[in-house]
Amino acid sequence: MAEVLVLVDHTDGGVKKVTAELLTFARRLGEPAAVFVGSGFDTAKESLAQYGATKTYVADGDDLSSYLVAPAAEVLAKLVSDTTPAAVLLASGAEGKEIAGRLAVKTGSGVITDATDVTADGGTITAEQPIFGGSTVVRSTVTTGTPIITVRPNSVAAEPADGAADKVDVSIELSEAAKGARITDRVVEEKGERPELSEAAIVVSGGRGVGSGENFSVIEALADSLGAAVGASRAATDAGWYPHQHQVGQTGKTVSPQLYIAAGISGAIQHRAGMQTSKTIVAINKDPEAPIFELVDFGVVGDLHQVVPALTEKVKARKG
Amino acid sequence: MNIVVCVKQVPDTWSEKKLAASDSTLDRAATDPVMNEMDEYAVEEALKLQEAHGGEVTILCMGPDAATETVRKALSMGADKAIHVIDDGLHGSDALATSLALAKAISKAGGFDLVLLGSESSDARMSVVPAMLAERLGLPQLTFAKEVTINTVDGATKISIKRLTDDGYQVVEASTPAVVSVVEKINEPRYPSFKGIMAAKKKPVETYGLADLGVDTGEVGTAGAWSKVESFEAAPPRQAGTVVTDEGEGADKLLEFLASKKFV
Repeated sequence: MAEVLVLVDHTDGGVKKVTAELLTFARRLGEPAAVFVGSGFDTAKESLAQYGATKTYVADGDDLSSYLVAPAAEVLAKLVSDTTPAAVLLASGAEGKEIAGRLAVKTGSGVITDATDVTADGGTITAEQPIFGGSTVVRSTVTTGTPIITVRPNSVAAEPADGAADKVDVSIELSEAAKGARITDRVVEEKGERPELSEAAIVVSGGRGVGSGENFSVIEALADSLGAAVGASRAATDAGWYPHQHQVGQTGKTVSPQLYIAAGISGAIQHRAGMQTSKTIVAINKDPEAPIFELVDFGVVGDLHQVVPALTEKVKARKG
Repeated sequence: MNIVVCVKQVPDTWSEKKLAASDSTLDRAATDPVMNEMDEYAVEEALKLQEAHGGEVTILCMGPDAATETVRKALSMGADKAIHVIDDGLHGSDALATSLALAKAISKAGGFDLVLLGSESSDARMSVVPAMLAERLGLPQLTFAKEVTINTVDGATKISIKRLTDDGYQVVEASTPAVVSVVEKINEPRYPSFKGIMAAKKKPVETYGLADLGVDTGEVGTAGAWSKVESFEAAPPRQAGTVVTDEGEGADKLLEFLASKKFV
């Protein structure tokens, strides 16, 4: 069975949840082989083995994490050429998609982004993507080269499987072109216990109705009671009430959690493009005519400043 | 500092987008065309850099005849001239083909210190063309910039950006020439003035066809696509949910719902 390469999404060896999901998809297509770029493989190994990585190609070295995007694309291009995999799977975040794009150019391969399902029928790999903000579902195949597919977090429940994840060293001399954009600083603007927005199982988002930056504390409190990530509509980030990296919607992040709670968000098409594929949608809004109510499984017409804090207390009480 | 800004014409966000049954490409006739919003921020950033560092701003747009409106809008904001890549063979081009045509046009025109563009188009939303362009041109990739700074050290021009990340930002540096994509919090795009609109009508717009770029028709368009839409359909509509009006017990009902779905 041909190998399917999975680029490990990690921070210093801390493996993100989406990697387990990618390995789960990869098992459907062939033999899952992880590709680890940067330092921290020893930390990562166990979680890769738990989700069935048969081996891990490891490219380590300072250069690899000092430059933006291009090094990972070079490592993958070398592996595509050396091992002729059946497909390459990456996480559908900003960086994963950029690596995929460069890899596609390097290897002369077609690329599909934002897949929510990947299946194999005989030798044909088909990816399913929701497009136009989730209003249309498309099934596509790659017809030239190696299928390069980026998959959205939360597209599948990760299934554990036995794997060795043994290290296979990859030695690579980066080209000068790959060393063009040097990362000189990494600034973390907030650090908390909250899960990352794109990977979270539950997201609580606030919009114009929240009213101010200070008031976002009610959104954060509900999020914390549910173990959720915090999102924001463009109206809220444009107003400077919440940091841009939390923006959900067109020109922001696309999320598809198990549960999405929209508080004080009218649900303009702009916002819906980023959350429409969530499994369960709940909204709290003062305006009974708000378009968000067309999407909801459960909606409350009311003042979020009353409903959200009350809900937070009840969730806490229930959880003890 | 000579800058080329890539702009794309897209359907208005508020128009309903559909795929054409004939060739699975976006049915553009059914929508109102506008300049991709993120690209307006790129044009604005180019004009600000020009004000600070001099040089020329060139607009580069690949698209059909109708995209002339987007080219004119960018010129009316204040860009100096434009290149319109237009060829029937480009219809249905994917991101790979688009990046190929843009890269060839940039190389043909030549002499640029920066290639600027929006970090995503509102129709396809792949966010891969800037990275593909950098790869094709062999230039440093500075993408998802929320701030751009230019410094000249010992006669060499350095560019530094703050790149938006999941939990903050990265500082990324390169020498020019480089490819830079911007996010929408970077600036506030200007509205074209009446004077600007009038002046835009006289600004030079050069057109390139595929033959001018040395690109074969088999490399682009639906014929040159390396992936293929096998089937598509409208997503099933969401089942109508329950909406209650809060009269003091909204939170209780919400909790009940969340409990019924095992979220709490």
